[in-house]
Amino acid sequence: MSLTLVKQRTDQQTASPRRVDGVAKIRGTALYVDDLPCADVLHGATVRTTEAGGTLQEVVFDPAIDWSEFVVVTARDIPGMNAVKLLENDQVVLVDRAFRHAGEAVVLLAHADPEKLRMALNGVSLVELPNTAPIFDIDAALAAQHEIIPGNIYTDYLLDRGDVAEGEHLADVVIEERFLTPSQEQLYIEPQGMLAHLQKDGSILVEGSMQCPYYVLDALVQCMGMDKDHLRVVQSTTGGAFGGKEDYPSVIACHAALLALKAGGRSVKLVYERGEDLRVTPKRHPSRTLIRLGANKAGELQFIDMDFAIDGGAYRTLSPVVLSRGVIHAPGPYKCPHIRVRGRAVATNHPPFGAFRGFGAPQSIFAMEVAMDRLARKLAMDPAELRRINLLRTGDVNPTGDVVGADCFAHAALDVALEHTHYYHRLAEYRAWNAAGHQTRKGIGLATFVHGAGFTGNGELHLASRVSLQALANGHVEILCSNTEMGQGAATTLVQIAADALGLPMDRVHLAQTDTSRVPNSGPTVASRTCMVVGDLIQKAAGQLLQRLRETAALAVSHDAQSFAAACTRLCAAAGDALVTAQYQPPADMRWDEQAFLGRAYASYAWAAYIAEVEVDVLTLATRVLDFTAVQEIGNAVHPVIVQGQIEGGVAQGIGYALYEDVLWNERGVMANDRLTNYIIPTSADLGFIHVVLLEGGLGAGPKGAKGVGELPMDGPAPAIVNAIQQALDIDIRQIPVRPEMLLELTVSGGN
Amino acid sequence: MPTTMRINGKAFQSSSAPNARLLDVLRNECDLKGTKEGCGEGECGACAVLVNGKLVNSCLVPLGQMEQAEITTVEGLPEDSALARAFVQCGATQCGICTPGMMLAATALLMEHANPTLEEIRWGLSGNLCRCTGYGRIYAAIAQAAGGSADV
Repeated sequence: MSLTLVKQRTDQQTASPRRVDGVAKIRGTALYVDDLPCADVLHGATVRTTEAGGTLQEVVFDPAIDWSEFVVVTARDIPGMNAVKLLENDQVVLVDRAFRHAGEAVVLLAHADPEKLRMALNGVSLVELPNTAPIFDIDAALAAQHEIIPGNIYTDYLLDRGDVAEGEHLADVVIEERFLTPSQEQLYIEPQGMLAHLQKDGSILVEGSMQCPYYVLDALVQCMGMDKDHLRVVQSTTGGAFGGKEDYPSVIACHAALLALKAGGRSVKLVYERGEDLRVTPKRHPSRTLIRLGANKAGELQFIDMDFAIDGGAYRTLSPVVLSRGVIHAPGPYKCPHIRVRGRAVATNHPPFGAFRGFGAPQSIFAMEVAMDRLARKLAMDPAELRRINLLRTGDVNPTGDVVGADCFAHAALDVALEHTHYYHRLAEYRAWNAAGHQTRKGIGLATFVHGAGFTGNGELHLASRVSLQALANGHVEILCSNTEMGQGAATTLVQIAADALGLPMDRVHLAQTDTSRVPNSGPTVASRTCMVVGDLIQKAAGQLLQRLRETAALAVSHDAQSFAAACTRLCAAAGDALVTAQYQPPADMRWDEQAFLGRAYASYAWAAYIAEVEVDVLTLATRVLDFTAVQEIGNAVHPVIVQGQIEGGVAQGIGYALYEDVLWNERGVMANDRLTNYIIPTSADLGFIHVVLLEGGLGAGPKGAKGVGELPMDGPAPAIVNAIQQALDIDIRQIPVRPEMLLELTVSGGN
Repeated sequence: MPTTMRINGKAFQSSSAPNARLLDVLRNECDLKGTKEGCGEGECGACAVLVNGKLVNSCLVPLGQMEQAEITTVEGLPEDSALARAFVQCGATQCGICTPGMMLAATALLMEHANPTLEEIRWGLSGNLCRCTGYGRIYAAIAQAAGGSADV
């Protein structure tokens, strides 16, 4: 088993070609939804419920406004089913009577003049009979005094290995804690939006900012009552997503399409302003974790017992899947004979929570990793040493009962991280600094974790993704897939994988626009799956294309771009089929029992050890991350510069999650700090150094052993930073974000 | 009364109301779509442009203040420059929505400091939010464009 440090690779320059979307973005010519040219467009707006659930009694239109100038859409105008297509049809497209949260869409308006539209929004009043006892808290929902759905539980999972009671007997030291994590806003800088056109043939085209064009298409089919052939979804350049544009674009697309259907052939643009985007679109699930860990005197974990609950909000949306990932990742990369993780997604009257980078894992990993430090302290053991004793090795059984194979780099990641940061030296240095009574306290904290890439368990099998390659007569090749470029570099990485597999320079390969009328369904762009799963399909399709060209167009076994082009010309001239398609086949050893949480949950796990070094000002209690070191084994870095950017960006979001970002709620369960003035994300002035160390073991399920990395960097920063602050101030922290106000309370009430 | 200014080196006259946002004038009247709206309240910098060589957020600037102003948007930057090349090579753009504003912030920074220190780069970009990169590759691009090492 060999492990390569990416910086030592001699081909790093050639391995990181220029981004294919780079020049257009730098010159400002890339077209985002709000930039799409569109003559005679109408602007759309949404009238929303204001109470935290209840029933809609009446919609009153101000008689002083001439409504004939406006396109007006209500639930009665929906030609198909009034339900947003997701896991369950529990969420309406437009409220007709019953509703569950403030901010649900009731009336859609469109007008050519944005000013008139703004005034008209105030001319629609809703008579709402409010829910008298809304629920906004996880434990209040579980107490179920008032039920939103039966028991207020969307999903109840149990991962149960061994026997926790037995583990309790064997444990010499036990810790027990309760941890809270807040919601977090994705804060893509481009707000959500869609542009819908009713075509002359009666079909509808929707363009916009999205991660998953086929999710949007399926939602339109259901809501518009039209078949797929009369609906077309095209992704425009997408200005960030991070999960936030996984499910909600379906809602906006349905709204824009409904308006376009009534607009007499004029196109309708529905682009949210920042405040509306913040108030109504899904964010990271808040969580509450009760955790108990037990270890023997040697520090070997004897049991892990967790009760992990997430706030799903008012509708089910993606919560069961978020919960599943949270449960599977909860016990971390550790060997432990007795593990019980109960996971529940509960119903509240908040707007539904959704996908955000990490998808449940950052919440449960936060609890586990801070608890590990608590356990280390009770054992009077160094936190790195406690992890070293318990980290999985090849041949161990992991928390889902799967035997860990050769692709296990937990110890390697930890060793490199400790060495890279001079951990023990720093530890001593910071202790001395703190003892000397300076104006600041310093600490160094770590988190070790794994992140599974791709859909959980049998998910990829159900998706049955397909990717096509189209050879053109001039020797260029087009990739047809539904996976979207949203900043993460997929457009470049996928082209690079195809060019490499075809033996062509990158400028001969092009990624077709994600247009559902042209590209097959290669699954959603989520779950760190694009490079690994879709990249692998592209590689397979490339093999098929080469084989076809060799068999039917006399392509030599060894070819260059010129002879490849000649073969393509011959194939196309002979009217041969120049399109090949590859479909996902699961690995032979991929067995997963989704009821028992038993088996191989993911085709590949990426392994990581993150270390935060922090400084806390004793006077202001403001925390600064001085250095952040992210060491991860990711199989193969297809494009090292893009991977580095992904990790740095994810770490920055994780630093925000740990220190700054907090969604505050008003009394009706709506985001109160709905502006960039008061929802704080890190600026360049806030962030210290972020060091990225990439290790390549070459054993992942993707191209040349690549693994998915998109979500990974979100998991580790918050616990590493909290562990560092705890060490610096000698206090116990139980929730994030760690703002000075919280530290003031903690330092006054208990610690130093 | 119309407002007369120079946008990307060309004279332009707008008859919009003096309280119209410069952002809307640029996007809707001049069809300069490279200037983006991210927040509409001057926090994110996606709408940043240069006005008389100074970096400003165009969503906060009323047209009435622009009489005789010299305005540069991303479309007015040279198509090929050390900065543009460095941005592509170093991976300084991801989703790209903040990139035009970043390019202008970087241009303003390099006008003030031809060889900026890392600290100067960080402060120079601190009015422009990027949610994708964590800023590291942007620092690298600016350092490289200034003739220094991109290894930051």
